[in-house]
Amino acid sequence: MDTLPAKLALSRAVGLAARASGRGGGTSLPGRLLLRLDPQALHRLAAQLTQGRYVISATNGKTTTAAISASILERAGRVLVRNTAGANMAGGIASTLLAATRNDGTLNGDTGLFEVDEFWLDAVTEQLEPNALVLGNLFRDQLDRYGELESIASRWAGVVDGLDAGTALILNADDPLIADLGREHSAAIYFGVEDDRLALATRQHASDATHCRRCGATYLYESVYLGHLGHYRCPGCGWQRPAPAVQAREVTLHGSTAATFTLVSGQEERPVSLSLPGLYNVYNALAAAALAVACGIELDTITAGLQAATAAFGRAETVELAGLPIQILLVKNPAGANAILQTLALEPGELDLLAILNDNIADGRDVSWIWDADFEPLVPHVRHVVCSGRRASELALRFKYAGLARDRLTVEPALPRALDIAAGMAHGRLFALPTYTALIELRAELGRRGAVLPYWS
Amino acid sequence: MSEPEKLRVCALYPELMNIYADRGNLLMLRRRCQWRGIAFELTSAGIGEDIDPDGADIFYMGGGQDRDQELCAADLVEHKRESLRAAAARGAIVLGVCGGYQLLGHDYQLGARALPGVGLLDVRTVRSDGPRLTGNVAIEVDLPGAHARVLAGFENHGGRTHLGPQASPLGRVLRGHGNNGSDGYEGARQGSVIGTYLHGPLLPKNAWFADWLISSALGGAALEPLDDELEELAHATARAAAGL
Repeated sequence: MDTLPAKLALSRAVGLAARASGRGGGTSLPGRLLLRLDPQALHRLAAQLTQGRYVISATNGKTTTAAISASILERAGRVLVRNTAGANMAGGIASTLLAATRNDGTLNGDTGLFEVDEFWLDAVTEQLEPNALVLGNLFRDQLDRYGELESIASRWAGVVDGLDAGTALILNADDPLIADLGREHSAAIYFGVEDDRLALATRQHASDATHCRRCGATYLYESVYLGHLGHYRCPGCGWQRPAPAVQAREVTLHGSTAATFTLVSGQEERPVSLSLPGLYNVYNALAAAALAVACGIELDTITAGLQAATAAFGRAETVELAGLPIQILLVKNPAGANAILQTLALEPGELDLLAILNDNIADGRDVSWIWDADFEPLVPHVRHVVCSGRRASELALRFKYAGLARDRLTVEPALPRALDIAAGMAHGRLFALPTYTALIELRAELGRRGAVLPYWS
Repeated sequence: MSEPEKLRVCALYPELMNIYADRGNLLMLRRRCQWRGIAFELTSAGIGEDIDPDGADIFYMGGGQDRDQELCAADLVEHKRESLRAAAARGAIVLGVCGGYQLLGHDYQLGARALPGVGLLDVRTVRSDGPRLTGNVAIEVDLPGAHARVLAGFENHGGRTHLGPQASPLGRVLRGHGNNGSDGYEGARQGSVIGTYLHGPLLPKNAWFADWLISSALGGAALEPLDDELEELAHATARAAAGL
């Protein structure tokens, strides 16, 4: 006897009870319960997503890539079931599917779009049997939780090996660790940037993946765009960056607000104006465009979807607090922080910052990474920074050792007071740089002050 | 005026052994010298490069990914072991953090095979099947001439390190796991050679230890005090994070 409906009902009731109790934050609770009751539940529910099941993973950009993909897929008429950033492990995805299930057990949607935590990719992929898998990048992140980069890369190699022959594999050509995963998959679809004007003089300090996983030789770079992303080749085994089928050319970055580029797919090209800042978001847009190409969506629809995409939760979203625009830029690891800091440095004028460093489990308890991020190029642009969070003092120290004058630094661990100080000092705009749990706290605090809707609504 | 002072630091494998933001340690040394008018010279030695035993006052080696640590282990033995021994013998500081600490010992046993170490510390490390020893950590140290006794940091290591009779522990574990999670000691010291699992990075969380290294490397010179309000706050926060 199939008892799935009963299990669904029970899990759902527990989720409602948990939410009603006001504890909040337990997005994944009903899903985890469901998986306990029925370990195959993910598989069984996702099987109803007949138009496609798409999985996105990366160290950085999962949430934004999913948001941009959703903008395109919905424009193409798909009805999506998709998870949020806070629910990207098996339990969260099960919760998402549960929430989309009607009382009769059918799903309210035809297409699944899931961002998946790097560490959960193998387990989740096995259950979801995706029609397309998008892998964006691998950077060092939360070593205390994820372990070494190469161990993640090896796990992902296992995921790729286990894919059905029919699964579209969409890979970043510019990340050697990612592109390497497609070596044995002749049908892999690559995306990448083709614009030498963007090349940096050297690899950034937090660069990873300097060695070829196959032969151990050090990659040679012709150009570097971001961290270890760029155009490279291996002098040992001769492997080189695959030619991307989906490309961005003529990229122009417009400060912390926008980017424009020419999207090239096969013989076609379209100008794209993206309402998201930074080269890192051009990569996210390319990943989403490549997924859409793999789904057979027309380039005009893709372009329209890209242009309509807006910032995801805490990813360059702007909120207003009593007339003061606050742009929130999640920072959580050296490469992601570098991308943000580089983009902020493009902004004209002096910057007022509220930087918030927490060391809760979801942030990574080890805050070493702030010393790997390149704060130095931002320092000449900073008017004042208020450092907050559980590790406010060490973050302030990072700014000090990056060369920021002491009188431009305020340390206030308590977020509400830090927000008061930062908002009071800001000249017309404020940039907030929170780690993950700090982002949740900041948005809640802004919500209490009437600035944005709370997370739960 | 005495003659201008200069601190010379040689980073070993900065491209490979840098996983826990080891750059932060080097930056602390640089700035704290600069602010006092002490000249600072940073050199590096990568794979295949020999080092001059007289070329630096502090030799620094951080941690790396398994593959990189393996490359460095072989290279250390081939290109740098004798020079490092000579440097230590003349009193230069050799500081190894995490993976760098492991390679300063005799060897690092990984199941059936072993990575060779340079043997500057009488310690041996064994990769354990047990869980990695991870978390905030605080240790009590007793260093000659130091004005403080607590080092705080973060540890994350799969290896268990055991000391032989020639090495002294760097400190006693107050909170956290330390060398092997069982004997209550952390790190090792043998003459001017120091190894520790504390990263996070170590020196930003313990500015007093950065100064102790600078002073010791300059022959015990008294250092001009700096405005360390933020440094002391960061140290207090790191101690508190370890539960101290």
